[in-house]
Parts: sequence; C-alpha cells; structure tokens
Amino acid sequence: MSLDSGPSGPREPVGGDLVRRHALATRLWHWTNAITILVMLMSGLMILNAHPRLYWGHYGSDHDAAWLVLADMDDIAFPGWMTIPTDYSLADARLWHFAFAWVLVLAFTAYLIWGLVRGHIARRLHITRIEWSPRHILHDIVEHAKLKFPTGAAALDYNVLQKLAYGGVLFVLIPALIASGLAMSPALDAAWPWLVDLFGGRQSARSVHFIAAMALVLFFLVHMAMVLLAGPVNEVRSMLTGWYRLPRDKGEAP
Amino acid sequence: MIVTRRHALRLGAAGAGGLLLSGCDALNDSATFKHGLAGVGRLHEVAQRAIIGDSLAREFTEADMSPVFKANGSLRVADPAYRALLEGGFAQWTLRVDGLVHRPLDLPLSALQAMPQRTQITRHDCVEGWSAIGKWQGPQLGAILAAAGLLPNARFVVFHCADKLEGKPFYESIDLIEAFHPQTILAWRMNDAPLTEPHGAPIRLRVERQLGYKQAKFIMRIELRESLAGLYGGQGGFWEDNRGYQWWAGI
Repeated sequence: MSLDSGPSGPREPVGGDLVRRHALATRLWHWTNAITILVMLMSGLMILNAHPRLYWGHYGSDHDAAWLVLADMDDIAFPGWMTIPTDYSLADARLWHFAFAWVLVLAFTAYLIWGLVRGHIARRLHITRIEWSPRHILHDIVEHAKLKFPTGAAALDYNVLQKLAYGGVLFVLIPALIASGLAMSPALDAAWPWLVDLFGGRQSARSVHFIAAMALVLFFLVHMAMVLLAGPVNEVRSMLTGWYRLPRDKGEAP
Repeated sequence: MIVTRRHALRLGAAGAGGLLLSGCDALNDSATFKHGLAGVGRLHEVAQRAIIGDSLAREFTEADMSPVFKANGSLRVADPAYRALLEGGFAQWTLRVDGLVHRPLDLPLSALQAMPQRTQITRHDCVEGWSAIGKWQGPQLGAILAAAGLLPNARFVVFHCADKLEGKPFYESIDLIEAFHPQTILAWRMNDAPLTEPHGAPIRLRVERQLGYKQAKFIMRIELRESLAGLYGGQGGFWEDNRGYQWWAGI
C-alpha cells in the first residue's frame, strides 16, 4: 500500500481518502475467478447429478454405504437453474468443467507465482503473531458480528478474518479443489498414485472435491454479504479500478 | 412504483443469473463454442499422454474389492444369435480379429483361455462418478494383436459388440498405446467366475487407465483401422457418437 498514491500527499491517510487498494494482477485474477468458479460450480453440480451420492475410500457405487445421498438414483439432485447446461447432459457439463479447469489452474498458478515473487501475498496476507492470538481473533469476530468495520488508516490492511478467508481460498480451497479433481482421473492416478493416496482413495477425493466446493460457496456468500455491508459501490469500484475510498468514522464529517 | 435498493439488488441478481444461464445455454447450443470447449478438452489428452507414459494402474488386493460390482450400460443382449451363443456356453463363439492385419483370426474362447493369462484387481471408474473394484482375468490384447500382425497403417483398435443401445450397434475404440499396455486384457473371468451377461460375457475389454465407458462388453469382433472417420458417427464409440463423451477417457 503506497501512502503517497492518494490525492492527499504523503500523510497518514484518513477516512474519505481515495487510496490504491488492489493491484492489477489481483483484479484480473479476481474477475477471472468470479466467472471460472461460477461456471465450474454450475457444471460441477450437473456432473454430480449423474451420481448424486458421495462415499469415502477407493470405491463406492449404488450398493455401497454413502455418507451423503443428495437424491435417489433416479432423481435429479440439482435443478436446471443451478446447472450448466440447464437440461441434463453429463457430457456437455464435463466439456465446460474441464475446459474451465485449465483457466482456473493457469490463472491460479500465474497469480501465485506473481504474488510470491513480488512479495504481494506475504505483504497482504501474512498473519502476525499478535493477529494469531485467540483474543485478537475473538475481538475481530465480535466487531464483525456488531457490523463494526475498520475505518480510516486501519482499513488499509486486511483484518485477520479477511486474511484467514482469502488465505484459506488461495492456499487451501483452490489447491484442494485442483488436487482432488486431478485425483479423480484414472489416467493421472496411474501416473501419480501418491495423489489419490493423499485423499485415501478416488471416492474420498470426490467427496473432498464436493466439500471444498461447498466451502467455496460459503466463502462466496459471506464475501457477498460483507461487500454489501461495507458499501458495494466502493468495494466493486476498488476491485475494478483499484481505487478505494477509506471508510470514515461514524463521527467524522464527510 | 418505488424501487428500493433491496428491490434493485434482487432484480439485478435475478437478471444477471437469468442472463448467465440463458447465455450459457445459448453457448452450449452453439456448435462453434462447443467445438472450442472440446478443443480445450483435447489438451487433457495431450497433457495426460505426456504424463502417464507406460505407468500401470494401481492393482489392489482381494480385501479391497467391492462387495457388489455394479453392472452398467447394456445388461442384456437382445440379439437372437447372441442368445443362442449364451445358451451354448459360448462354445460356438469366436472372436474375429480383422481389418489392417496380416492374418485375420477367428479365436474360440478356449484359445483365449489357453493363452498366457493376466489377473489384476483394479478400480473401475464410471464417467458418472462411482467406482468399483473387481478382479479380472484374460489374455493381453497386445498378444492377440501380435498374433494377427498389424499392418503399418493400423492406428486404432475398434471393438464391435453384440449389444445395441437405442437401436444402434455398440462399439468402442482405443489407440495402439493403450492396446499394447500390459494391463489391457480381454477379460473372460471376473471375481474368479466366468463373466456373466450383465458384465459382458463372453469377454469384455479392460483398459485400466480409462473410464468405464471404454470397457466394451460382449465383444464379437476386433477391427484394426487407420482412422475412426467413416465408422458409424465417426467419433470412435457409441457414447462419443450419441452423447458427446470425449474419445479420450483418461479424465
């Protein structure tokens, strides 16, 4: 975060200042993901329609015990408005899912390399020892629950809950989705048996794939709620243009 | 009418969602777009071929086997000629090997059983998402192809099957790399018993690094070809022709 990039010169920025918030790479990756993940989620639900049961271990089919049954075998678990395409087609859903998988993996890899090499990820997402303290995390949770968000210079940096959420998506959810997706490929399982072992079997990988996707949906819902609460125009503008207006304190004059 | 912010948001969300859905469906109906998706999908074949080399699919122990192995696709063959062969325990059945070969073969089941056998306990992965682990036994396809002797322009192995789906003859195909892979066998035994009709008697293909729809059942004839064009729908298999599944079934 460069303090001199705002219109107000090299002083500590205050509420109301326009500051540079998001790097170009972050913005590009964000909107690429917004489209890619939505397409992969909707085509993924269509793929799950083909066999709406989930198992643990190496094998699992109609005759085996499922830990999650989303629909009877003859029923459709996810209605047309949730899926790509709308009408049942496992083959077409696979085309969408696997084509966009390349976009997801290549964009993720490029962003990760850029973010690590440039130190961007370390700067924005590193959680300090103080932030890791339960008291600090609890305090942030209480503030969030009261819908009291940081203002002024304090809003320049992500708080610990944001760091955990964004870091969790970047370092846990997306890697888990990619790895468990690859582990479902019979060809790659022959080449890389350790990959499927990581999950304890192909059906476990399929279950992890679903759980990670649902966790990403949960992230998306909370993310949307937070954007709406924090001021959707300012938030969306900052993700489009990079410029963000620091929120004012309640008492501060506009 | 007063449009509140909440209203506007809700309308916007519904509108965007509707646009996205109808947009995706419009794209899905566009032959060009789907061709593009399939083109990107073909990268999986290129990438996976480069990665997998001659790696073997994992082989499991008897303790790992599925208690019940799900049968899928055609479970019964209507063709009267097939039913007569089934009644006779396939004593009159022969496997025809022809096309681009030096010596066309007609192999009875006893000949396949007399060849060196491979037994493997492997995981079967259906395109629908489920998996089952079973034990398979039979001669290696590579040995049969070697006995027939391939002509230099042979590039694909096509399996012509006795069953029909939706009134169309079932067939599948693989390339020579998968055909000569050591785990690619013509299984006549499954879980220590002769193959039953729902599982593809008298023989089914096991090509262990590919999805279930490649594992052709009720095989009557193996044809060596230079190209898949001109054969039925030209996509190399019943599911490829009629459902749009990818010919490369490694993912």
